[in-house]
Amino acid sequence: MADNGKQHAPHRGDMTGAKALWATLANHGISTVFGYPGGAIMPVYDALTFYPEVRHVLTRHEQGAAHAAEGWAKATGEIGVCMATSGPGATNLVTGLADAMLDSVPLLAITGNVASHLMGTDAFQEADITGITLPITKHNYVVRDVEELPLIVAEAIRIARSGRPGPVLVDIPKDIQLAAFHGEIPAPHARPEAPAPSPESIERALDLLRGAKKPVIMAGGGSLDASAEITALARAWDIPVITTLMGLGAFPSSDPLWLGMPGMHGSVAANRAISEADVLLGIGLRFDDRVTGRVSGFAPNAAIIHVELDAAEIGKIIRTHVPVRGDARQAAQLLAEGAQPTPRPEWKAQIEKWKSRTVTPETYGAGYAVKAVVDRLRPDDILSSDVGQHQMLAAQLARFEKPRRWINSGGLGTMGFGLPAAIGAGMAEPGVRSVVIAGDGGFQMTAQELATLKMYDVRNVKICIINNSFLGMVRQWQELFHEKRYSEVWLGDSNPDFIKLADAYDVPGYRATTAEELPAAIDAWLSDPKSALLEVVVPHEHGVFPMVPAGAALYEMIETEPVRSPDLSAQMQDAAEEASEA
Amino acid sequence: MTDTRDHLLSILVRDEPRVLTRITALFGRRGYNIRSLSVGSTEHPGVSRMTIVVSGDRGVVEQAIRQLEKLHDVVKIIDHSLEKYVDRELVLVKVAITPESRVEVRQIAEDFRSRIVDVGRHALTFEVTGDEGKITAFIEQMRPFGILETMRTGRIALTRGSNADIPAHVYHEGETQALQPTLEVQPREERARHVPNLF
Ligand SMILES: Cc1ncc(C[n+]2csc(CCOP(=O)(O)OP(=O)(O)O)c2C)c(N)n1
Repeated sequence: MADNGKQHAPHRGDMTGAKALWATLANHGISTVFGYPGGAIMPVYDALTFYPEVRHVLTRHEQGAAHAAEGWAKATGEIGVCMATSGPGATNLVTGLADAMLDSVPLLAITGNVASHLMGTDAFQEADITGITLPITKHNYVVRDVEELPLIVAEAIRIARSGRPGPVLVDIPKDIQLAAFHGEIPAPHARPEAPAPSPESIERALDLLRGAKKPVIMAGGGSLDASAEITALARAWDIPVITTLMGLGAFPSSDPLWLGMPGMHGSVAANRAISEADVLLGIGLRFDDRVTGRVSGFAPNAAIIHVELDAAEIGKIIRTHVPVRGDARQAAQLLAEGAQPTPRPEWKAQIEKWKSRTVTPETYGAGYAVKAVVDRLRPDDILSSDVGQHQMLAAQLARFEKPRRWINSGGLGTMGFGLPAAIGAGMAEPGVRSVVIAGDGGFQMTAQELATLKMYDVRNVKICIINNSFLGMVRQWQELFHEKRYSEVWLGDSNPDFIKLADAYDVPGYRATTAEELPAAIDAWLSDPKSALLEVVVPHEHGVFPMVPAGAALYEMIETEPVRSPDLSAQMQDAAEEASEA
Repeated sequence: MTDTRDHLLSILVRDEPRVLTRITALFGRRGYNIRSLSVGSTEHPGVSRMTIVVSGDRGVVEQAIRQLEKLHDVVKIIDHSLEKYVDRELVLVKVAITPESRVEVRQIAEDFRSRIVDVGRHALTFEVTGDEGKITAFIEQMRPFGILETMRTGRIALTRGSNADIPAHVYHEGETQALQPTLEVQPREERARHVPNLF
């Protein structure tokens, strides 16, 4: 690495810990850092001015910085970097770190801290951020010696990217940032090879597949980089493929073998196929409870083959008959090489029947609007979502031909994720449209990031707000499981005028309120040369179906929306008026 | 319910700040119950050794081991239930005595090869070392006289024989036993990077 021309001279003027940090990041090819300054990280921000090769993006909240870094990482597969000051800055990163942990996103978080001699004294803006983030990071460090700083950062990057990726935090006391550094700036670690699956495990998996009458493949977020191999595998064996929420894009949606998404809001075909399968080949997934439904009723007839890098995930939730520990790519390739397609006409016919039970939203509502938007996406477009009904609708209705075009908060279900993640993804791939679908609730959790769009003149982020005046997903649960006691989910009266809000940040706004207005509004919004916002005002009470109620088995899914009592919004209005009179 | 019993694990960890928190937090968060925990240094500078007794069925222990293996501070895990081992615990027991009971108490202590470490007018403090059965028996013998205070160090263990005799699976370097024989466990060289010439 020393003479590739990229490495910095170890001493750029008087080198401090802060400069050593930037030199190390630059050496690792980090081009963009999302962050927010403050007292305890000021030496780092000062040193930044000497490193023009690294772009710092000033978000409006540290949570925004963390999610933007996640969006960057999810779109590119490369590590995302975020930065914050001590105390409140650091704690504002916490949600993003937890999100990255559950979705296995490679993330490096740098936090400043009070000077070493003040640590542990409850000093101004001191928080024990390594203690706080212990359970939500892959690993974390406090730098105690400036000479170790670059080595720690290099190791943190290695840990974040290797094996099952995840977030790593490096906390740097202020005196360490200011201390003189004399060492060398390390070159990046080589990316470790993922372990190859053992030949015996592959042989046992092949045995099972050969005898299978009703096989199905289920691909998760850990299979995204094995998409080509999984596609080849499925086609070689002629086995239908289910992609989890995190795995959408691992297998092309246009392929007739694709059955959609499993789980709570999964497709009829996916959930029925799992329930009937005799062999289930899971690749790069962790059998989240939103995917499995009631565990005892999950794939009750199937022998399970589980291909997974993280040994701790094998057998954690679902009993595994053939564990295949190792790299998804190599495993898929080996399984494809052993392919012996057997005609299974009955299974295929059954699957076709289930596939025909797809629910398409026909009347104007959230689903209709989401479908109208996602139908207009090009294969290269990145689609992000926030969390709620619109997220599940987007996951059900969007079609992905490639991996890393779908970005959402799967494991943690973080409202407020969508906009900053779309900004991060849009900045990672400026030539590509970065579309985000959000609800009126979640959008307001990080709406201030519109300022980031304005500040950096980002032009490719397209924001769509599905405005149903409700915290829709919670309302749906209240409707189904709490006898329609709509407790604290009505937003309608207090929502801002989203177009005016966007206008305040120089973001052009468009609005549609009917099915008739929708196509033209989408056109105008997508063809606007700038980043733009589209608000789609939809009727209040639409649900997302199919749905597997919490605690039920996948085969107990409710396929279509139950008939509802009318005029819910009127009730809510009345309630609000009563409350304000009281 | 499946067979729930105590499992003895030795965990070799890098001697760095927060290691103890990281390990115990992992047990706590995932709901594994630690019955006993002891920590001390080893023959390798920079490496500490913990003996943890965790109760649960085989599945719980396997899951705990795998989660532990992911921690970057963890150098090696030895699951003693897979091999023969020696284990010991040190206990201090303060027993009330009267002029009448004094001789009998001393006699019991002698039978257990226990040493007196403190002599008071109304109490004797004994040191007992042994496996769990011996210590329990000792305490039960003393109970009728009145136990004033006890302190146990927690169990510690070593595998029997020279390390070369220990099959790889005990160190979880080869195949893991709990699931299927085809499962390998992450190579450990990488993790041992900071630790000179371990094993
Ligand atoms: C930070 C956070 N707080 C609360 C929740 C719980 N929650 C899940 S979905 C949802 C409603 C989302 O409403 P909205 O953003 O309007 O989207 P919709 O469901 O209406 O599409 C809520 C409150 C969450 N997921 N994240």
